[in-house]
Amino acid sequence: MKMEFEFPTPLTTVPSTANKTGVWRTFRPVINYEKCIRCYICWKFCPEPAISFVPGDKYPAPSEAFLKRDAVEINYDYCKGCGICANECPKGAIDFVLERGDGQ
Amino acid sequence: MITGNEAAAWGARLARVKVVSAYPITPQTKVVEKIAEFIANGEMDARYIRVESEHSAMAACISAENTGVRTFTATSAHGLALMHEMLMWAAYARLPIVMAVINRAMAPPWSIWADHQDSMAQRDTGWIQIYSESNQEELDAVLMLYKICEDKDVLLPAMTMMDAFILSHTMEPVDIPDQKLVDDFLPELDLPHRLDINRPAGHGSLIMPEGPVMEYRKAMADAFAGVRDKILKVEEEFREIFGREYGGLVEEYRTEDADAIAVVSSTIASTSKEVVDRMRERGLKVGLARVRYFRPFPHRELREIAKKTDMLGVIDRSYTFGYGGALYAETKGVLYGHSDIPVKNYIMGIGGRDVTPEILEKVFMDMLKIAKDGAVDREVEWVGLIGDERWSA
Repeated sequence: MKMEFEFPTPLTTVPSTANKTGVWRTFRPVINYEKCIRCYICWKFCPEPAISFVPGDKYPAPSEAFLKRDAVEINYDYCKGCGICANECPKGAIDFVLERGDGQ
Repeated sequence: MITGNEAAAWGARLARVKVVSAYPITPQTKVVEKIAEFIANGEMDARYIRVESEHSAMAACISAENTGVRTFTATSAHGLALMHEMLMWAAYARLPIVMAVINRAMAPPWSIWADHQDSMAQRDTGWIQIYSESNQEELDAVLMLYKICEDKDVLLPAMTMMDAFILSHTMEPVDIPDQKLVDDFLPELDLPHRLDINRPAGHGSLIMPEGPVMEYRKAMADAFAGVRDKILKVEEEFREIFGREYGGLVEEYRTEDADAIAVVSSTIASTSKEVVDRMRERGLKVGLARVRYFRPFPHRELREIAKKTDMLGVIDRSYTFGYGGALYAETKGVLYGHSDIPVKNYIMGIGGRDVTPEILEKVFMDMLKIAKDGAVDREVEWVGLIGDERWSA
């Protein structure tokens, strides 16, 4: 049986974002917004990248002054749980917690 | 009068290659130096991408070729070995890249001279392989390979080999074809799966085992199976336009009525032809089969040649450790079930060791003895070792 292909090598039209690599995660980084000073070091180091900016008032902050700066948010659809962000955070504001398998 | 390296560069220029990426290595350096000169002088409308390694050179060619433009590179020995991973990528991505390989020994000990170990080690990468005998053949091979490789039914890369220094640095008379004739012979590349912003797609993404990855490999195997006929067709078209031909996958030389035929590739074939002529003058019936294409392997041709003679002597300029010479191994393989004449393997010219007419004549005499006896004394023999009285001239 011979399959007919449109192209000699597979071309994928589904974007790679359809592949939710977050399911690979064993540990989950959780930002403690009471400690986060919004320095964005985690954003710089995230290799995925799965950390993005959101409006400053979406999350709490150590003080009101920080609310003027954008907050960071982790996209758990793609975060593979490498832990680099937790390791680099100068304030220890990212907890690294074991996934329980129930999405929590 | 130009060198083999310059002939390869002229091939790329006449083929109107658009992107060249290469890293220099002796004895290939002059190929890419010459191309850089052509581009700097405005004689070649191409982009030269400088890189830090051969692995990157092939990666750059893959990326460029993927956009649908003709690419070229050249390398030798360790450079070719460093490309290994990317060679498979190029083939499996079905990119018709053409590369000149100047055959050189692998180290250690450091040796820059003619030896086929480098390209033989790449035989399973999915590249078409041709071994040239002259500088003219090298230039012509580059032109013919683009036409063969870019055919919609083929879409495979090819490497064209020539012996270090014996061709790469030796001047020979070479007819440089007229650009207009080449343009008529070689149409522009039309790569069906090129990167296209109007058809966004991922190339080389993950496929699970139950996906069609095996079917794509089979499609590639089927494409390779069609290369033989394409080679013959393109060579015929080439002959009609340029008046030169090389004999298809295997060039036969005085094989009629031969008691023994040597199976050889590259420049050892040139010396062997001289020896065949001299021996024929003395009534000794020897002939020569010059294997030009090693991939696709010339199954049919070698089976036909075996029918014409009483024995085959396969000369390898490389060695597959734990077996014998690669050309020998594959020749015996395709003869199995088709012919039971004796086949002997002669390992010669390793590390650039000179293969003289005198030593080749001794090999042919050994072959004639085997043809008469009807059996080989030993399957694989190294010829021309220091201090070996049997083969010393």
